Amino acid sequence: MEQQKESATLGMWIFLATEILFFGGLFLTYTINRHTYAQVFAVSSRTIVLKWGAINTVVLIGSSLTMAMSVWSAQVGKKKLVTIFLILTLVLGTVFLGIKAVEYHDKYVEHHIPGLNFDMYYCIDNPSACDLSGKALEAEKAELEDLTDKVGGSVAVNAHSQLFFSLYFGMTGLHALHMIVGASLLIWLTKESFKGRFTPEYNTPVENIGLYWHFVDIVWIYLFPLLYLIDRH
Amino acid sequence: MSEHIVSPKLYILIFVTLMVFTGTTVYAATVDLNQYFAGLNVIVALVIATCKATLVVLFFMHAYYSTKRTQLIIIAGVFWLAIMLFMTLGDYASRPWDTH
Repeated sequence: MEQQKESATLGMWIFLATEILFFGGLFLTYTINRHTYAQVFAVSSRTIVLKWGAINTVVLIGSSLTMAMSVWSAQVGKKKLVTIFLILTLVLGTVFLGIKAVEYHDKYVEHHIPGLNFDMYYCIDNPSACDLSGKALEAEKAELEDLTDKVGGSVAVNAHSQLFFSLYFGMTGLHALHMIVGASLLIWLTKESFKGRFTPEYNTPVENIGLYWHFVDIVWIYLFPLLYLIDRH
Repeated sequence: MSEHIVSPKLYILIFVTLMVFTGTTVYAATVDLNQYFAGLNVIVALVIATCKATLVVLFFMHAYYSTKRTQLIIIAGVFWLAIMLFMTLGDYASRPWDTH
């Protein structure tokens, strides 16, 4: 039994090693483009809302805690607690996805979705549509005008900031897809846990889906500073 | 090797530490550190993120208590990532003709 468990954990980690490289490619692409188009990426990054990213970080790390507690509950044989912690993890994961949906909607309203109707100047041209007024509007205008001068025209600004938003949606979208897969697995775990299947002798599914969940958390731990934070000052 | 059970106390301690790191990184982002050293803001953000990730891997994911074989896989995963990142970035950095 001990050996079975060890090989299951080992196998899960091999899968996660491939996932590290999967996300790694995107982080690499982001780094190169961010370095090349630093000024446009900085301004684009500031248009995503820091508050939502920070709240989501707390929510996701919280869900990692409840997931870890669920593993502990299974290991010490508290069957009811396993189910409770799994449901809590699922709820927090859903809250994360809900907040992400709000953020995506904001980007849609601001014409920040690459491809159709993309326009970095939409908000300063239509301030009421983006809830912009007064000093915030003036600051935004000044910043974009300054950027346009530096980069050499609005065409370049729009082209390069579409690159930022393509990476933003690509990276957070792939992360969200992993969250959806994780949430589906959690629903299955909860169902099995209701039947009382997870005991100190057998809890490999809780442990391994837990590993997956924590991995997705780690991806966000890097996405948050890279996409939201490093151009705020 | 018998299974090691991590206590809820340690889990909560790790969670609190992760929250403190999150607060620190948000605060650090609002301060212009680049005036002291170009790129310092990015470095601080990534160092904090790496500390957080390490805590998650070691304790939430039990890597600290895993067998040597499992630990080797984890290190290999990170090592391969490092190869991809540093060799590619090194290549980009050493191409004077490619000025974009």
